[in-house]
Amino acid sequence: MINSDTALTLNENDSAEWQLLLYIAGQTPKSVKALSNIKKYAEEHLAGKYSIEIIDLLKSPQLAEGDQILAVPTLVRRVPEPIRKIIGDLSNEERVLVGLNIKPLMK
Amino acid sequence: MQSNSTNDHPLFIFPKTQTGIDGLDEITEGGLPKGRPTLICGGAGCGKTLLSMQFLIKGITEFNEPGVFMSFEEPSDDLSLNVRSLGFDLEQLKAEKKLVVDHVRVERSEIEEAGEYDLEGLFIRLGHAIDTVKATRVVLDTIESLFAGLDNQAILRAELRRLFHWLKDKGVTAIITGERGQETLTRQGLEEYVSDCVILLDHRVIEQVSTRRLRIVKYRGSTHGTNEYPFLIDENGISVLPITSLKLDNEVSSDIVSTGVPGVDGMFEKGGFYRGSNILVSGTAGTAKTTVACYFADEQCKKGEKTIYFAFEESPQQLVRNMASIGIDLQKHISDGSLLIHSSRPSLNGLELHLLTLRKLIRDFKPTTVVIDPISNLITVGSEHEVRSMLVRLIDMLKANNITAVFTSLNKQTDAIRPDLAEESVSSLVDTWITVRDMEGFGERNRGIFIIKARGMGHSNQVREFIITRKGIELLDVKLGPDGILTGAARKANEINNKLSEIKHQNEIDRKDREIIRKRKVLEANIEALRNEFESVEEELNLLRTTEAMQQKLGLNKKENDK
Repeated sequence: MINSDTALTLNENDSAEWQLLLYIAGQTPKSVKALSNIKKYAEEHLAGKYSIEIIDLLKSPQLAEGDQILAVPTLVRRVPEPIRKIIGDLSNEERVLVGLNIKPLMK
Repeated sequence: MQSNSTNDHPLFIFPKTQTGIDGLDEITEGGLPKGRPTLICGGAGCGKTLLSMQFLIKGITEFNEPGVFMSFEEPSDDLSLNVRSLGFDLEQLKAEKKLVVDHVRVERSEIEEAGEYDLEGLFIRLGHAIDTVKATRVVLDTIESLFAGLDNQAILRAELRRLFHWLKDKGVTAIITGERGQETLTRQGLEEYVSDCVILLDHRVIEQVSTRRLRIVKYRGSTHGTNEYPFLIDENGISVLPITSLKLDNEVSSDIVSTGVPGVDGMFEKGGFYRGSNILVSGTAGTAKTTVACYFADEQCKKGEKTIYFAFEESPQQLVRNMASIGIDLQKHISDGSLLIHSSRPSLNGLELHLLTLRKLIRDFKPTTVVIDPISNLITVGSEHEVRSMLVRLIDMLKANNITAVFTSLNKQTDAIRPDLAEESVSSLVDTWITVRDMEGFGERNRGIFIIKARGMGHSNQVREFIITRKGIELLDVKLGPDGILTGAARKANEINNKLSEIKHQNEIDRKDREIIRKRKVLEANIEALRNEFESVEEELNLLRTTEAMQQKLGLNKKENDK
C-alpha cells in the first residue's frame, strides 16, 4: 500500500495549505494503520488543501534527527506553523484533529 | 573434563572497557563491562554527565574508540561549551568523525499521543549515529527525561527494556545516567533494566565543605572496590581517589637519607631516615618544626633529589625569606628546579582536593622527597575520621612512589609530650617520629629535640638541646647535671661551676707543686748537712789513721835504732 520510495508524497502540492509528514520505520502494522487513518481524516477535513509526505527512517535514518523523531509512527504538521507532532497509529481521531488544530476541543 | 577446561582458561579476565578516568579503572579493576550497559545514577549536579562525557572523550583520545553521546537534557552546543572549560574540544572530535552528539528533545507540549507507537525512531537515530562513526561507546544522558515527555508508561518501559537488549546486541559499552529517586537508585527504576553494573554518585556537604563520592553498587561478573570513594571535578575533569586499599606491599629501601640537621643524624643508629619512610616532626608553636623540615628539604635538594614543599601556613616567598635568615638558601633550589614550594590555605578546598592536588603535583614533578608543613592544619577542614582516611591514602601514595616524606604537626598541649588529636591520627601511620619541644625553667625557654620512635632503627633516647642562630640549627652536647639534662641557663651555670672548680683544682695542683719543691729543697739541704757531717767524720777518721801510721813508722825506726 505504501510506495517503497524514500519519500512519497501524496497529492503532489508543494504550496499546500497543510503540509504533513509521516515518519515510519518499515511497513509495520502501526505504520499502515497510521497512514490510512491520516488519509481518511485529511480527506474528510482538509480535502484539496493538504499534502502528506512519508519518510521511512529505515531507509533514511539521518532524517530522524532533524524533526526530533523518537517514536514511530510520528505525524508532523510542518505547515501551518507552529510545528505539531502526533505520535501513535492515529487511531484516536479526536486527538489527531485536536493535535493538528483542525478542530477545537470538543465541548 | 572440567578440570581440563579450567586449565585451558587459567586466567579468565572479564572483558572490560577502560574508562580512562583517573582512578575509576582501578576501583572497577579494569573499567566498565565491555559491551554492556552501565547505569550511573545520582542526584542533580553530582557529575553524571561529566563522568559519561569523559568516558567518551577518553575513549576517543586514549583508546581510539569512537563514541556517541545522546543527550536528552542539554543541547549539543551547551555540552560543547560546558566541557570546553575542562579542556575537551567536542567540536574537533565531531569534525574528526570520532564523536556524534545527538540532542533528543522531548517536549511534552509539542507532542500529542494518539494511539499505539514504539520508540523505533530513537533506535534508528542511535543506530545511525553508531554506524556513522563506528562507535563502541555510547552514552544516554538522562534517558529518564522520556518519562517526562511521554505519557504511555507501559510502552516506554517495554521500549526501554528493548533498548538495553538492543544495546547489548550492538556490542557497545554504554553508560545510562539516571536521576536518583526517593527510595530507589533512580526515579524510574532503571536499575531494573540495567543490571550489569551500577555506579552511584553522591554529593554531600559536611560542615560547609562539599565532597563528592562514588560507589559501585553492583558489578556483575567481576570483583570491585566496594567502598565510597571521594572524587573530584577540577580543570582536568573527574578523578577518583581509589586508594583505601592499603595492601602494604610496597617495596622498601634500606638507603639512608640524611636529616640535614647536623647532629640529628647522629641520634639515629644508621645516620638518618630510611628512603621512602614517613617522618613526623611534631611540636608546639615556635619549636622550629618548619626549620627542621626546611633543613631536610635543603639537604635533599643539595643532593639533587627533587623535592616538593607543601606549605599550608606560609607563602613561598615568606618561607624563602625566613629560611634565608638562618642561612638556608631555598631560592637557589627553586631556581635550579629541584625544589617546588606549593602554598595554599587548608580551608581553600576539601581534604580530597588537597590530596588530589598533592597527587597531581607528585605525578607531574616526580619528587623523591615531600614535605608537608603542617599536616595538622588540614584537620581544620575535616573531621578526625576524614583526616585520618585521607592521610592513610596520602601516606600510601607516598610509599608506593618510594618518596621520603616529612610532615610537621602542631600540637596544642604545651605541657605533655604525648600527642593530641592531630598527632594521634598520624602517629601510628608514620615510621619515624621526632618531637621538638619547649623546655621551660629558670625563667627561660629552650628548645629540645628527641626521637619518639624510629621503625627499624636504633636511636638515641636523649633530649638534645638545640639553638637556632644566624647560621642555623646547632645541636648542643648533652650536659648531664645532678637532676638530669641541663639546658639553657642551667647549662651556663653548670659551665661556670665547672670552670670554677677547674680553676680551683688547678690552684690546688699548683700549691701542691710548690710544696713539693719546698720539700725537695729541705730534703736536699738535709742531705747536704748529713753529707757534710759524714765528710767531717770521715776526715777525722783519716786523720787518726794518718797519725797512727806515723806513730808506727816512728816506732819502727826506734827499734832499728835500738838494734
